[in-house]
Amino acid sequence: MKFSEEKLKKVNEIIARYPDGKQKSALIPILHIAQEENNGWLDVTTMDHVAIMLNILPIEVYEVATFYSMFNLKPVGKHVFEVCRTGPCMLNGSDDIIQYIKDKLGINEGETTSDGLFTLKPAECLGACGYAPMMQLGKHYREHLTKEKVDLIIDECRRNAAKNN
Amino acid sequence: MKLLLENAHIEGIRYYEIYRKHGGYRAAEKALKMAPDEIVEEVKKSGLRGRGGAGFPAGMKWSFLAKPEGVPRHLVCNADESEPGTFKDRYLMEFLPHLLIEGLLISSFALGSNLTFIYIRGEYAWIVDVLEQAIAEAKTNGWLGKNIQGTGFDCEIHVQRGAGAYICGEETALLESLEGKRGNPRIKPPFPAVQGLWLRPTVVNNVETLAAVVPIMNIGGEAYSKIGVGRSTGTKLISACGNINKPGVYEIEMNLSVEEFIYSDEYCSGIPKGKKLKACIPGGSSVPIVPANLLFKTAKGETRYMNYESLSDGGFATGTMMGSGGFIVLDEDQCVVRHTMTLARFYNHESCGQCSPCREGTGWMYKILKNIEYGKGKMSDIDLLWDIQGKIEGNTICPLGDAAAWPVAAAIRHFRDEFEWHVTHPEEAQTRNYGLAHYAEPLSTVTV
Ligand SMILES: Cc1cc2nc3c(=O)[nH]c(=O)nc-3n(C[C@H](O)[C@H](O)[C@H](O)COP(=O)(O)O)c2cc1C
Ligand code: SF4
Repeated sequence: MKFSEEKLKKVNEIIARYPDGKQKSALIPILHIAQEENNGWLDVTTMDHVAIMLNILPIEVYEVATFYSMFNLKPVGKHVFEVCRTGPCMLNGSDDIIQYIKDKLGINEGETTSDGLFTLKPAECLGACGYAPMMQLGKHYREHLTKEKVDLIIDECRRNAAKNN
Repeated sequence: MKLLLENAHIEGIRYYEIYRKHGGYRAAEKALKMAPDEIVEEVKKSGLRGRGGAGFPAGMKWSFLAKPEGVPRHLVCNADESEPGTFKDRYLMEFLPHLLIEGLLISSFALGSNLTFIYIRGEYAWIVDVLEQAIAEAKTNGWLGKNIQGTGFDCEIHVQRGAGAYICGEETALLESLEGKRGNPRIKPPFPAVQGLWLRPTVVNNVETLAAVVPIMNIGGEAYSKIGVGRSTGTKLISACGNINKPGVYEIEMNLSVEEFIYSDEYCSGIPKGKKLKACIPGGSSVPIVPANLLFKTAKGETRYMNYESLSDGGFATGTMMGSGGFIVLDEDQCVVRHTMTLARFYNHESCGQCSPCREGTGWMYKILKNIEYGKGKMSDIDLLWDIQGKIEGNTICPLGDAAAWPVAAAIRHFRDEFEWHVTHPEEAQTRNYGLAHYAEPLSTVTV
């Protein structure tokens, strides 16, 4: 586990935001960066590394990493579909969208396709209720989902993966 | 009248030059010439109430801020926005980032915060970029950093991302999270105003509350207090969703009737496919659901308006709450049991686990609701649910327990026959053939 030069610079910038002795406040922002640098999940080595950077105990990092749903403690696919299923999305058909994705990719919630491309992660309300149904894909939201749109998104991910190989 | 979103449609308003050209940072110019206490006084006069859900008067909260000698104070903007149905802060930050930054600058000056944070839910990752860009622009133009506009006042604003936890919207959990810990709410007192971030005096306010400080400075607290009605002063952002023709974020004056809000072309524009209205949760998932027959008129037969007092008229027996303004509409074909089940799952997922009634109770409520929804419930389960929610309410460290209990209680209170139908029609419930037409008519009686 190593941070790139650029990310290391960002980490140091973040730590410098807080008053002396309060550097632990940087933990969550740094875990986000660490997860990005580590293929989308946090393993123990990575978390230990973050503990050293912030001069805190490893357990302080594990405690936090296990609390927040955005931190993945198991490997995930290259593209993680986080499909909201809470009330307002449900009223607009999220159940059908989730079922469609499951059938199309042949995976259940929490699983990753065998080619390592897709993970389906159930999500609770993501603050896009007026644009339902929706999913989070990487940094952005995909909203007003339909089956056709899901097809397009899956194709787009496959194309990107092929391009990068 | 629009005070917050008036310029939201202007192309490029996200950028400093355009925002400034349309009157941006004029409120800040004015405020920086005032004494901090005078600003607090203006906010008090405005009657502005917290827009995060609880509706606590903002000026009063500010005046509680402790000012011990030599101890830094902080302002923290709550942009965690995770209450189902609520997506107004996102809209404001995404389209009018400078409005928030200007509000934060004025508020930081009034409260004496040299280090201010925006704690934003981790999923709003792209908005972090929008805000950081606005902060950088504000800094380049002398509105942040050292010796702002020659006043000698220094202020830095940082955006801190959460990482997926509804509970971090609760102000003390938010502060814990900002300190790099799990989002476990603290026992109050001490209140953040005395011991908040790093045990220093801290004010936590919602995005919309802090943005509203800008129009308050522009038009004056007195004028602001005259907009709206009674103690519901100013304008409120409502994020409308569910089964409506025009979901979105609307800025309303709080003397608008609920009926007009749902059916007027200016707002939600009615219900798709001409369906009937079944129920509504007007203030985010935590507030009680109300059936159609109690929505437009209060129990006394008076018109119900979109404001704090009118929405809660009748208490929990026949009323609900303004909450965060997350307005969820259910049409005649929606199943209240299923909707309530998804909310119960949500609260169970989001309980931080510190208090047994909340940790265990939310799990039980979800399990029982799931059984009922999938045709495996018993009649006694309905009473059991009622019993469990009653044992959570009021018995926990933070209000998430209440927030989990109220939706279940209200669903049973107003739609008990629908729960019973699931028990007596297990096959139809399992195939999710709800036979809901039966419930489409507003219920004539209300069981309390
Ligand atoms: C479980 C829970 C979640 C909350 N989530 C939010 C939130 O996402 N945003 C928010 O502004 N306030 C939220 N609040 C309310 C805050 O605790 C706090 O009252 C608010 O930020 C104060 O700001 P205001 O007075 O400007 O509304 C939440 C409260 C609870 C109990
Ligand atoms: S009520 Fe629930 S969320 Fe709040 S402190 Fe207790 S266990 Fe945590």
